[in-house]
Amino acid sequence: MTKAIPPFPAIRVAGLRKSFGRTHALDGLDLRVEPGEVHGFLGPNGAGKSTTIRVLLGLLRSDGGTAQVLGKDPWHSAVEIHRHVAYVPGDVTLWRNLSGGEVIDLYGRLHRGSGAKRPPWRGGGGRRAGLDATRRDELLERFELDPTKKGRTYSKGNRQKVALVAAFASDVDLLILDEPTSGLDPLMEEVFQSCVAEERDRGRTVLLSSHVLSEVEALCDRVSIIRKGRTVESGSLGELRHLTRTTVVAELAGPPAGLDGLPGVHGLTVQPLQGGPACRVRLQADTDRLGAVLGPLGAAGLRSLTSTPPTLEELFLRHYQDDLRPDAGQQDGARPAGTVAR
Amino acid sequence: MSALVAPAAVRPGDPRHLAGTGTLLRLALRRDRLMIPVWVLLLGLSVVATGPSFASLYDTATKRAELAASMNANGSLRALYGPVFGDSLGGLVAWRMAGFGAVLAAVMSLLIVIRHTREEEEAGRQELLSAAVVGRRAPLTAALLAALVADAGVAVLTAAGLAASGRPVGGSLALGVAIGGTGLLFAALAAIAAQLTESARLAKGLTGAVLGAAFALRAAGDASADGGSPLTWLSPIGWAQHLRAYAGERWWVVLLLAATTALATAAAYALTARRDLGMSFLPARPGPARAPRSLGGPTGLAWRLQRTTLAGWTAGLALAGAVFGGIAKGAASLVDGNQRTREIFERLGGQQSLTDAFLASITGLLGMVAALYAVGAVLRMRAEETGGRAEPVLAGAVGRLRWAGGHLVIALVGTAVVLAAAGLTLGIAYGASVGDVAGGTGRVLAATLAQVPAVWTLAAVAMAVLGLLPRAAGAVWALTGGCLALGWFGPVLRLPQWALDLSPYGHLPKLPGGAVTAAPFLWLTALSVVLISAGLVGLRRRDIG
Ligand SMILES: Nc1ncnc2c1ncn2[C@@H]1O[C@H](COP(=O)(O)OP(=O)(O)OP(=O)(O)O)[C@@H](O)[C@H]1O
Ligand SMILES: [Mg+2]
Repeated sequence: MTKAIPPFPAIRVAGLRKSFGRTHALDGLDLRVEPGEVHGFLGPNGAGKSTTIRVLLGLLRSDGGTAQVLGKDPWHSAVEIHRHVAYVPGDVTLWRNLSGGEVIDLYGRLHRGSGAKRPPWRGGGGRRAGLDATRRDELLERFELDPTKKGRTYSKGNRQKVALVAAFASDVDLLILDEPTSGLDPLMEEVFQSCVAEERDRGRTVLLSSHVLSEVEALCDRVSIIRKGRTVESGSLGELRHLTRTTVVAELAGPPAGLDGLPGVHGLTVQPLQGGPACRVRLQADTDRLGAVLGPLGAAGLRSLTSTPPTLEELFLRHYQDDLRPDAGQQDGARPAGTVAR
Repeated sequence: MSALVAPAAVRPGDPRHLAGTGTLLRLALRRDRLMIPVWVLLLGLSVVATGPSFASLYDTATKRAELAASMNANGSLRALYGPVFGDSLGGLVAWRMAGFGAVLAAVMSLLIVIRHTREEEEAGRQELLSAAVVGRRAPLTAALLAALVADAGVAVLTAAGLAASGRPVGGSLALGVAIGGTGLLFAALAAIAAQLTESARLAKGLTGAVLGAAFALRAAGDASADGGSPLTWLSPIGWAQHLRAYAGERWWVVLLLAATTALATAAAYALTARRDLGMSFLPARPGPARAPRSLGGPTGLAWRLQRTTLAGWTAGLALAGAVFGGIAKGAASLVDGNQRTREIFERLGGQQSLTDAFLASITGLLGMVAALYAVGAVLRMRAEETGGRAEPVLAGAVGRLRWAGGHLVIALVGTAVVLAAAGLTLGIAYGASVGDVAGGTGRVLAATLAQVPAVWTLAAVAMAVLGLLPRAAGAVWALTGGCLALGWFGPVLRLPQWALDLSPYGHLPKLPGGAVTAAPFLWLTALSVVLISAGLVGLRRRDIG
């Protein structure tokens, strides 16, 4: 299938606000998902991910700001949008007396709606298929799901699979997945990742809300991190890394000069080695300042150098923790990797 | 009982099984802090209020004796209300309210118990609690204790209220115990049903069916013999009446109630010990791997979800219609000459021939019961919404109106179906008993279907609340209960017409036999349209979830 680009972003959200009573679930949220990308949607519990998704599906009415899905307003054009969108909720509940196979078919038929046409940028005119039967059976096999079981008898992971099979087998342009892998075992997580990759290869757009960082790292082209209903960071993983600090450890023939006070250098420690003039230097450098650090290190007789880019965990923890420790991250550059501040 | 319990690491009698009961009980009472007091007050006060009403209606001993004699002389009336055991004022109150109060207490108790057992498990909340330090038997114990609190409340309020208004203390106590005790027995039966089925809905239906059977047994038993036949003694409702409050109380009946309750409770505990959390003894069978064509959209789904309930209600009301149709002729022939009995029926059924008055009171009753179906069918949408099952459907290419439309059509058409079935069997059974099936059926069927607009109005109220005040959906049940109580007690209590007019049923003519004008039907239908439209507009504008 060829990748055709529609003339507008798949999702465009600006300044979105939504309150439940006194809780400001969304407080000026921005989000932009380009067509054909897999977009990671991250944030601590209660940050507002599910609320955003419900607004995008037209289930909740926003209190302010703008939202567009496939170029249309989700509140007013919900049904039209839904013909091209598949949704997997984080907590799938099924009807107790419907079998999994029946639910999958039902979800597929609900997407088809009546008189749904392919959008112009995907060939136009042609009638939507609803559910691709071959793909459905293939997915059932890959996810090892028994479609004859009744709703209540599925385990949590298997309920999730029912919704995933229905979504992946649907002929849609945009998949909105809200923590879709909660409850999947590692083997099934792998199947899920390959399915998302296939969707991307077919030119479909995916919004993936997730707490599984390895999944985000493996799948997402770009991510948005939100906290307390606001977007705090958005960009490709590379760009986000760029905004953070790289840990540099170097062994030098003599003590370095000029590192102290260099802009972008944090948490400098110099430790003499075997009593001699040789020493080990440890520092954190803003990633875009890394070049400036190399000069003084080389001048002091560089013997060995390791530089470690921040792991995804560090990246997220920094954002997630900010509300726990208002001073975290910025001043305290020397925090050892992997340590969680409390 | 311990022999029934599967071997476990902890002995059955071990107090650790009950750990956390106190906390769960407090949680249950807190969640029911509105529901239990409302039930207790309404139930207790309606019993107590019957006293003064009868005192003004039958102010002399002669009038009361006459009433008692004519009621007891007629098998059909004994089937409906049970025999009159004593013609004192208290005796009449017990005659009128023991069975009815017992039924209401049973409904209250089964709702409480299933709400805190199977409903919790179904929602998955029990899992969370059970993972905490909560013993295996604690949830069931807490639910039963919550029911005990409510039933004891009813018993105390009834007994104290009646005694305070001058009725003998012994009889007041007996009536209170009869009503509260039956409630408690049904709490235990509900506890069994909650173990047997995986769905709270089914557990309620099962216990409700037992309650219906108990009522039918009592009716059949009382109809066949004045003092009650063996059939009566198979029914807990029969026990409540045959405890004979204010008429030489048979206190040993209390032992019968207590022993049965203890037995049912033990059975429920034995079943809990033998099953896993969330599971049941009636497990689900596998289903088809593919959806049938009929499951093609929101309406097909709504039909799939509601068809079993509709079938159950249709069968139940058809059965009720057949039973009442069979006894209608007897009601007329035996008391035709008795002025006072005629009066009672005329008040319930209108100023017509006695048979018509009896039939009219039955069609009225069927109409009121059908409201429970209709309101339940509409509120099914709320259950879908709060259960998280509406969200993925509405995330499909399904407008909210289309989603609601399916459920609404089923509720409204289903109302007509349920009443048509009841009207048909009522008419055929009555027609057969008078030897004129062709003539009787059409008239009675039309009279039963005349109830439809009033039922629709209550369904429409449910839709309006669902759309505009979704969180208050539970209050629709209270409102429906209020309308039913007005329709049932209002005429007997001689409430003024404006009070009766608060209920949509108050506007309907008494059919068959009464004068028919189109106005009330048009008004009620128009009101229903307005309420449903308001509800749909509200549903379109509000948040889902
Ligand atoms: N229907 C509702 N009524 C009241 N408050 C709500 C409702 N839905 C969400 N909230 C509140 O809005 C905030 C955001 O919730 P949301 O479910 O969007 O978080 P989330 O980012 O999806 O979290 P998680 O990672 O735990 O899924 C929370 O504080 C939550 O309590
Ligand atoms: Mg969420």
